[in-house]
Amino acid sequence: MSLTTDASRTAPRAGKSRTASATSPAGGSEKPPPRRGTRARRERIFQWLFLVPAVAYMALFFGYPVVKNLVMSFQDYTTATFFTGEAPWVGLANYAAVLSSSLFSTSLLNTALFTLGSILGQFGIGLALAVFFQRKFPLNGILRSLLLLPWLLPLIVSSAVWRWILDKDSGALNRFLGDLGIIHTGVPWLTSTSLALIAVVGVNIWIGIPFNLTILYGGLQEIPDELYEAGSLDGATGWTAFRHITWPMLRPVVSVVLVLGVVYTLKVLDIILGLTNGGPANSTQTIATQSYDLSFHEFKFGEGAALGNALVVISLVFAVLYLRASRRAVDE
Amino acid sequence: MKSARRTPRPLALATATLLGLPLFISACGATPAASSSENVTEISVMDYYNNEPDKSFIGDALSSCGAKAGVTIKRETVPGKSLISKVLQQSSSKTLPDVLMLDNPDLQQIAATGALAPLSDFKVSTEDFAEGVLSAGTYKDKVYGLAPTVNTIALFYNKDILAKAGVTPPTTWDELTAAAAKLTAGDQYGLAFNANPTYEGTWQFLPVMWSNGGDEKNIDTAETAQALELWTGLVKDGSVSSSALNWTQADVKDQFLAGKAAMMVNGPWQIPALDKQPSLHYDVVKIPVREAGQTAVAPLGGEVWTVPQTGNKASQAKAAEIVACLNSDEQQMSMAKARNTIPSKTTLADKFAAENPKLATFTELIKTARARTGELGEKWPAQATKIYTAIQTALTGKASPADALKQAQGQ
Repeated sequence: MSLTTDASRTAPRAGKSRTASATSPAGGSEKPPPRRGTRARRERIFQWLFLVPAVAYMALFFGYPVVKNLVMSFQDYTTATFFTGEAPWVGLANYAAVLSSSLFSTSLLNTALFTLGSILGQFGIGLALAVFFQRKFPLNGILRSLLLLPWLLPLIVSSAVWRWILDKDSGALNRFLGDLGIIHTGVPWLTSTSLALIAVVGVNIWIGIPFNLTILYGGLQEIPDELYEAGSLDGATGWTAFRHITWPMLRPVVSVVLVLGVVYTLKVLDIILGLTNGGPANSTQTIATQSYDLSFHEFKFGEGAALGNALVVISLVFAVLYLRASRRAVDE
Repeated sequence: MKSARRTPRPLALATATLLGLPLFISACGATPAASSSENVTEISVMDYYNNEPDKSFIGDALSSCGAKAGVTIKRETVPGKSLISKVLQQSSSKTLPDVLMLDNPDLQQIAATGALAPLSDFKVSTEDFAEGVLSAGTYKDKVYGLAPTVNTIALFYNKDILAKAGVTPPTTWDELTAAAAKLTAGDQYGLAFNANPTYEGTWQFLPVMWSNGGDEKNIDTAETAQALELWTGLVKDGSVSSSALNWTQADVKDQFLAGKAAMMVNGPWQIPALDKQPSLHYDVVKIPVREAGQTAVAPLGGEVWTVPQTGNKASQAKAAEIVACLNSDEQQMSMAKARNTIPSKTTLADKFAAENPKLATFTELIKTARARTGELGEKWPAQATKIYTAIQTALTGKASPADALKQAQGQ
């Protein structure tokens, strides 16, 4: 869901120009035959035809799964359902089971902490780096592209490597800190209930920086140099320039980056599964991982779907915020 | 003008294709199931041996059985993690293969859906199989799957490290605790096991739980609490790294290989990796029991072969022939030897142990090994989740072993 909104939003120009070029030749070639009143009707048909692919695509690949998931959450959907097709209606039982489980509050809190921590870190570091790369210095381009690496690696690979780096006994991080004399015994990054979530957030920040950096850097490029020149004449340089020129000009991009980041982070699954499997003792269990566990390990597809829907609702709130934010950005 | 009228056509065509495509695909997918009941010339097989050398060993066994039955084998191997979702997909689109391999704890789950045919329908012999093997393959008194070879876990120890420290392989929990403490020095731990929050963590805990009389039906018992105290004690003493909370069995093997653990709980499938390092001298004993005299009960591992309900009686019969052939004495012996697993017929045990001394301990354990789904059947996954949850809660010190088990059982 978030993916399409993202694709259509981050490249609004490409989208517009494509539709423009697609309609103009058809409209242009239609002008010569001004035959009676059928023209208007035909145009209306064409309008609908242009909509059909998008509507069909949405209905098939978004409408169907969402509706199916919703229906599934009200059913006792088990492994047998796949063979027999029978899934008894159970009303709100799945929701009751999932929401009343003691694990739900843990997962909800972890999801909130994970999302908040990841976004703060990704955005802060991403913005700092974006501002840094605004300057002109040798190797700027190369360094910037190197920073994209975490984005290019498959998440399974990154999490496997990080799992090794963060190992308590022979992990590279502990070795490094030990050699520097900062620590004397191995820090159980992934196996302590108080550190595991922080470690997982740290890895997710590392993965998210490129996204924030790229979008924010793009936003910074849009700010006209004249503003800084004018500002510097009035004495606004350094922090003052950032505070009074960069930040206000960047605001629309910032809100888009933040809201998209939240929606992406809420549903993170592979990184957590790869690093800790939700452990130790559920300290990194989020709604996404718990939903996955219910469906694919315990085969309680109905409960998994119910929990998945809870996540969809949370994401939806942020999606609406995003739409409002981006509309405001266009208005401005 | 002409072009103006034509423009919508490719568009409409594209739309129609887009709309029709899924229907077309699903129609294609459904055809193989409805083949004729005449001469069966090809049998489709699905399993999860997608890595060498197992892939070839199983492939060879399948083709020789196929040749015997006069059919060609069309085999598909999928990664272990995606097998079940693939099976569920195929059972809803009615495209299950003729012969299907399943991990034994999943068998009852799939049999319960009605997707499998009882092997008695095809008169496949279930004689001489170890009790645990049959109970893993049985759902509601009918045998649905048979495993040619099986495995379990035991205690591997590094002979050189133990000899240097003057430690003999432990047989009781007290001896294990003492030995593990003595063998812990510098960055070497006495013992390594895995206690991660997956079914793997549950699986490694089962030997101590079962040998002490614990039972999966209710884990809130004194016997299971004692077993969990052993696990937590070992971690608290520092004899086992707290990384066990996140290790897989492969990680445990790596620790042992690197000499960072003097002993480990693991299975015979690690033997090829261990033998690749000639400087490592190791041996295998049973996992210790609390008191001398208790019987070591090991959990049964391994994959069963089944005949799905494809609706085609003729190919189902052929498929059953393949399953029976895979489970023949001859195939069991050769497969077990090649794959470092144990033949599942108890009648073959003595001969096999004599020929493969490295696997003797495992062979002995299989005679009394217990299937994870033996008691609970399709309810096993939920209970297995409770067990690893309790292990994690106790090992992280969030609750005492007894309280952790009580909480988990009550969930």
